[in-house]
Amino acid sequence: MRGYVPGCEVKVPVTLAEALDVLAAEPGGWRPMAGGTDLMVLFNAGRMPAGRFLDLSRIEELRGIWEDETTLRFGALTTFSEMRDCPSVHRHLPNLVKSARATGALAIQNRGTLGGNIANASPAADTPPSLLAYGAELELVSLRGRRTVAYDAFHQGYKQMDLAVDELVAGIRVPKPQGLGFHFYRKVGTRQAQAISKLCLAAYARIEGGLIAEFRVGLGSLAPAPVRARRAEAMILGKPLTALQVTAAREALMADICPIDDIRSTVHYRRVVTANVFQQMLEELAHA
Amino acid sequence: MAEKIRLQLTVNGEPRSVEVFPMARLVDVLREELKLTGTKEGCGEGECGACTVRLDGRIVNSCLIPAIQAQGSELLTVEGLAEQEHLHPLQQAFHHHNGAQCGFCTPGMLIAAEDLLRRCPNPDEGQIREGLSGNLCRCTGYVKIVDAVKAAAEGGRA
Repeated sequence: MRGYVPGCEVKVPVTLAEALDVLAAEPGGWRPMAGGTDLMVLFNAGRMPAGRFLDLSRIEELRGIWEDETTLRFGALTTFSEMRDCPSVHRHLPNLVKSARATGALAIQNRGTLGGNIANASPAADTPPSLLAYGAELELVSLRGRRTVAYDAFHQGYKQMDLAVDELVAGIRVPKPQGLGFHFYRKVGTRQAQAISKLCLAAYARIEGGLIAEFRVGLGSLAPAPVRARRAEAMILGKPLTALQVTAAREALMADICPIDDIRSTVHYRRVVTANVFQQMLEELAHA
Repeated sequence: MAEKIRLQLTVNGEPRSVEVFPMARLVDVLREELKLTGTKEGCGEGECGACTVRLDGRIVNSCLIPAIQAQGSELLTVEGLAEQEHLHPLQQAFHHHNGAQCGFCTPGMLIAAEDLLRRCPNPDEGQIREGLSGNLCRCTGYVKIVDAVKAAAEGGRA
């Protein structure tokens, strides 16, 4: 059964202030919608009741990619295609380009947004592992004010977020990697386009004087929400490139994840392949 | 019950105006209200690409676009490719290379291929396959479709 179209009201604010007014006046009463590429799927399949939607897509303030010396800032409505087309994103955040390319196919990439990918909070989304690996921060905004949260503290469980009902994700700030960097992104799905991940791993390392000076790994489809591999990271951080403890880190990684059996894969497959992809990443890192 | 909106958009160069519910899907607006049945619905969930149309210069899955997001937009559907009696070069190439079998994916394939050739006039096979990767065909095995796009890019009908 499809969603009941005549039962759906939509408000289309053109400024952020207008949108926040609506959310503050009736907290939880209006469901924010950006590109709609996930929400419309649920609605079409009848898995989301008719209701009231707040269409954010006309809010210019939520668009655009800005850059300064240290940071790239993405408006929440930045599409996957806009990330793919932006030379600065290619230069500084290659994992994010790979994530954007790995999401759906072009027609989805033209509509789907970075903010939507985050606030939709699917554990299988393709950009969150890259954002985790790069140490991103989110700008959250409501009539009460604006606050910044570290992205690795934002997801708190399956579809649970540090986001109040009157708040919106306004922007995503990603520090520009400095110095000698290592970037790795691998999505494993049934095919390159359109497939939703069986698992996804993004890593970023900064190398200084032959040591791993900074190291983060983001994982998708391996826990109830996108997560960092903190135990595995700890085994690698600070170590010399020439003496990475691959076996120990692989074992630590298994304690970072809690995959499930579902329509896309199994616990066993996810554990084995995640460990293999992680090891491949470390081998590439050792030769960086 | 929501109120209908007056949806105004330009379809294949012509201004059109219809009254629809704001969350009506663009594919239904095209097929049911505007009687442009060239655009097909396959999966209804953005996987198959049969409903691909161009909206403000970018291809989209029209099954995932609520009507209200198409307000004021410019659309290209498969009906807008041919010029009167003259098929678009891509249509000619699909015809010549048997790029269409059952034909259900063809309108979406043509729109995606047209988009690809505008962005990338001389694509290699990898670029063609990526450009069409959001469009599923269950008949051809894609080889003849790729051949057709290649031929159209090379400017020939052969």
